[in-house]
Amino acid sequence: MSPAAGQNHSPGARQYVLTWVALLVLLLVAVGTAYIPLGVVNVGLNLGIAVVKALLVMVVFMHLGISRPVVRLAAVAGFFWLALLFILTLAEYVTR
Amino acid sequence: MAPDAVVPDAPQFEDGEQRRSAATLGMWVFLATEVLFFGVLFGGYAVIRLLNYDAFVVGSHHTDVVLGTVNTAVLLTSSLTMALAVRGAGLGQRRDTTRWLVLTLLLGLAFLGIKGVEYYQEYQDALVPVLAFRYQGPHAQGVLLFFYLYFVMTGLHALHLIIGVAVVGAMVVRNRRGHFGPEYYIPVELTGLYWHFVDVVWIFLYPLFYLVARV
Amino acid sequence: MSTIAAAPEPSYIDVSYTLRSWLTTHDHKRIGLLYVVSITFFFFIAAVAAAIMRVELLTPAGDLLEADTYNKLFTVHGVVMVWFFLIPSIPATFGNFLLPLMIGARDVAFPRLNLASWYVYSLGGLFVIITLIAGGVDTGWTFYTPYTTMFSNTHVVAAICGVFIVGFSSIFTGLNFIVTVHRMRAPGLNWFRLPLFVWAQYATSLVMVLATPVLAMTLALVAIERILQVGIFDPALGGDPLLFQHLFWFYSHPAVYIMVLPAMGVVSEVIACFARRPVFGYRFMVYSLLGIAVVGFTVWGHHMFVSGQSMYAGMVFSLLSFLVAVPSSIKVFNWTATLYRGSVSFEAPMLYALGFIALFMMGGITGIWLAALAADVHLTDTYFVVAHFHYIMVGAAVMAYFSAIHFWWPKITGRLYPESWARLAAIVMFIGFNLAFFPQYIAGFLGMPRRYHAYPPEYEVLNILSSAGAAVLAVAYVLPLIYLGWSLLRGPRAGSSPWGATGLEWETTSPPPRDNFRRPPRVDGPPYAYDTERGHGP
Repeated sequence: MSPAAGQNHSPGARQYVLTWVALLVLLLVAVGTAYIPLGVVNVGLNLGIAVVKALLVMVVFMHLGISRPVVRLAAVAGFFWLALLFILTLAEYVTR
Repeated sequence: MAPDAVVPDAPQFEDGEQRRSAATLGMWVFLATEVLFFGVLFGGYAVIRLLNYDAFVVGSHHTDVVLGTVNTAVLLTSSLTMALAVRGAGLGQRRDTTRWLVLTLLLGLAFLGIKGVEYYQEYQDALVPVLAFRYQGPHAQGVLLFFYLYFVMTGLHALHLIIGVAVVGAMVVRNRRGHFGPEYYIPVELTGLYWHFVDVVWIFLYPLFYLVARV
Repeated sequence: MSTIAAAPEPSYIDVSYTLRSWLTTHDHKRIGLLYVVSITFFFFIAAVAAAIMRVELLTPAGDLLEADTYNKLFTVHGVVMVWFFLIPSIPATFGNFLLPLMIGARDVAFPRLNLASWYVYSLGGLFVIITLIAGGVDTGWTFYTPYTTMFSNTHVVAAICGVFIVGFSSIFTGLNFIVTVHRMRAPGLNWFRLPLFVWAQYATSLVMVLATPVLAMTLALVAIERILQVGIFDPALGGDPLLFQHLFWFYSHPAVYIMVLPAMGVVSEVIACFARRPVFGYRFMVYSLLGIAVVGFTVWGHHMFVSGQSMYAGMVFSLLSFLVAVPSSIKVFNWTATLYRGSVSFEAPMLYALGFIALFMMGGITGIWLAALAADVHLTDTYFVVAHFHYIMVGAAVMAYFSAIHFWWPKITGRLYPESWARLAAIVMFIGFNLAFFPQYIAGFLGMPRRYHAYPPEYEVLNILSSAGAAVLAVAYVLPLIYLGWSLLRGPRAGSSPWGATGLEWETTSPPPRDNFRRPPRVDGPPYAYDTERGHGP
């Protein structure tokens, strides 16, 4: 559709389209596996796939792959601090 | 092909490169605050699910997995069109940029429309806490909390998306007026980052509300 | 190194005198002063609430106030002091004014966002005033559920709106500072040449940006639950009130570091200047600032030792709380080591800074008692806790705030203040503070619970001492208003660097021009290049 397809310094359209295909495939895998009884593995798969999808969006679409280190640091910081909140809070609940 | 962009005055910066890197970093810091903003709800979800797991299994069977999946695909696609819009703006392809932005906007509206249909179904099924909640089956109170979280979290996400649609609309107008060019398209770039972030939030909401123990 | 004023360029104050020019300014220096005016206003509102409480506590019987009124007073005192004075106190005023100057920038990265943060602050303040006029709120500043969601009959939602909104002003300030420090430094000013004040603002901004959204969302959930009567904090539905405490303290413990980290930055600048020596162990000072900012996020459970949280979590939180004492004491040791063999002089900013160290140490050491699980069971919810956090938040942080006012007053206003009056005020403040709060340690240790308007007669002497101290403290807070006001009109003109201090902010004129520097500054060495042999500045 786009007349100028990927011959320049910014990430190519091709790369975006491939990422999009990967995201849709992962979506189908997530729905599909949700109907296969795997016990605890189901939860792990659901969340694992979500993490991979989020990483794809952030690294490719949001350009983290080609960003300055400080921008990556800002991105990581948000999730790191959220992990602190989750780990310490949930640790309290499971040891009650 | 691309006439000069209209660059708003910003005397605090030495040059365009400093300005652009400051803007991008600022947006990412803002998104980090958004991660923690939504994070409270995800943390609340985790704790309440830990305490009421059976109710969450029941609750998620009452969400519409087909519409939810379709909506996820719609939003993922809108991220693609948004990425292409930002790329077009950086290359100075004004017409393409407008086209991709409009497509993104339409996909965003489609998502909101489908979400509205889902909300309406849940209203008819009497699954909306406070407004209409008449679920009487097992774990009724836990299911109430499940749907409370469902509406708060998807509602806050939808609010972010509405803001996103409005901002994308503004970008369409500004792009058509020739405000952007290869040397200045910071607003389009930041809009893109915001849009993708809203997509990332949904990527996590989807399994948590639609895929809990489907078997 | 003083700049030669070739062509007299107007200072940032002289650019324009209209009210409009102040309310629409994008100048970080003017925005800092807008904040000074606002937080001073709220400081006195909260101080009046404290004064009324201290009068009530002069006698054991609850004779002046109803219990309900007393509850509203300590709630207002807490809410306003914490969110409308202490959190913005140093960052939004001196941080705004000095950060771009210290890094040699023309302004912060996002000046419009900076102005917006002040308007957002004012809007939040408006909600608090509305709450007060409507009849107040009685939940305590901690808004604990289920009292807030189910039982309180006061204006909880309005108060929460105020706090929710004001949170965004500190997010905006923090975001601005982080980007400014990363992207706007002058040529040659690498990270380890930054003054510690800038590092402190940076560490504070991290906490502001990463903790405040958690508070905002948590309070929003409380408000929703109060309105809808459905929510995740309701145990009857399978929710958990303790979850609120986890989320609340995830913000509110780091919030203490939002108050004290900038204070540490101020004290580092002042001590180096008046000891005429570089700060001892500069890098360790930097690492300990960042260490406090990060580790401070992992200790919140020590507010919940007796709340029914898991015993194992209690042990972990206790250990982590002890850990945060390490970077804090590194700072105290390094300040002390900076003084050693310095040519120390005792101007007013230095007196305030030394007061900070003494009070911070007292507050910090009693904090270690409270971090110990077993001791906390006895001390929790007593006046010991009240005294502990007032030593940190009022003793230490407010002393540093006054230190900053006096140290940078000549830079901000271009005038000198009367030194002997200022020294007197510093000494009166230190004495008044200790008289007001040291007896509370004893009362708390003996078992006097906090948040009651009446108490058993055996605590009467201690409470009378405390109230007397509060009166002395009030005098010490009003004194600077008078002599600084005089200085504003009549004070002698200050040169660009009256203390002979190092740092880019002293190289421009006092008060600085709109764009801060006539020529873009360059930096070619570490901070605090004081020559120990040289005498004092002019």
